[in-house]
Amino acid sequence: MKITQQATDNTLTLSLDGELDASSSVVLDTELSKAEILNNQKVLIDCRQLNYISSAGLGVFISHLQRFQDAGVKLVFFNMQEKVHNVFEILGLDSLMTIVPSEAEATAI
Amino acid sequence: MEHAIRISCTRRNLKVVRDFVSDFLLRYHLTDLLVNQIVLAVDEVVANLIIHGNSEDESQFLDVRVDVVNQEFGIEIEDTNLTSYSPTSYHEPDLQEYVRIGKKGGVGMMLVNRIMDRVEFTTHGSHNLCRLYKKLR
Repeated sequence: MKITQQATDNTLTLSLDGELDASSSVVLDTELSKAEILNNQKVLIDCRQLNYISSAGLGVFISHLQRFQDAGVKLVFFNMQEKVHNVFEILGLDSLMTIVPSEAEATAI
Repeated sequence: MEHAIRISCTRRNLKVVRDFVSDFLLRYHLTDLLVNQIVLAVDEVVANLIIHGNSEDESQFLDVRVDVVNQEFGIEIEDTNLTSYSPTSYHEPDLQEYVRIGKKGGVGMMLVNRIMDRVEFTTHGSHNLCRLYKKLR
C-alpha cells in the first residue's frame, strides 16, 4: 500500500495505491491517527488505484469516522472501483460514509 | 480437491492465498465482482486463522484446497492447532455502534457470512477445518 498526500486550502487528499488488507492497513491507520489531520476541514480519499479492501481496511475507516465527525472534519471517498464499492455496500457502509463518483464532487462537498 | 497450497502463518501470505484463489477462478470466467467477493471471504477466514487461530506463528501452516463441483465453488482451510478458531458465538455486529465507539475490527465474519452460501467450522482434537461454499451460477 502506497499513500500519496496532497494538501490544499484546508483539504488533505490521500491517494491510495494498492491493496488494503490485514497486512497493509496499518500504514493507513498510522496516517489517519495523526493529530494534525484534524486541522483539515476535509479529508478526501482517492480510491482510483485502490484495487482491494478487506475488513481490516474497512475497520481503519470505521474506527476513525466518529473522531473525524467530532472534530468537524468531512471524510469523503471518490474514484472508487466498482468491486471495492461493492464491499462497502455488502456491509451497508455506503450509507454511513460519504462516497461520491468524482474528485469534482468530493471537492464540492 | 486437486488445487492446493500450503502457507505459513504470517500476514504476508494473505496476498499469496488471494492470488491462488483468483488464479484458480480465472478459468470460470466470472465477473470481477464475484471473484472479488469470493477472494475477500477467503482472505477474511485465512486472516482470522493466521492472526487469532495461530497467533502469527510462522512455524504453523494452513493447508488450502479449492474446487468447483456442480457450479459450486468450495474451499477447505485446514490447520492443526489446539487453539481452534471457530466463531460459533457469532452475532451480526451493529456497525453504527462500531462507528460510535471507534471499533477497528469485528466485521470480517459479517462479510464472510453475507457473501458465502455456506460457512462451516469443525474441530476434532487439534485438527481444525473451515469450509466455505458459493454457487457460481
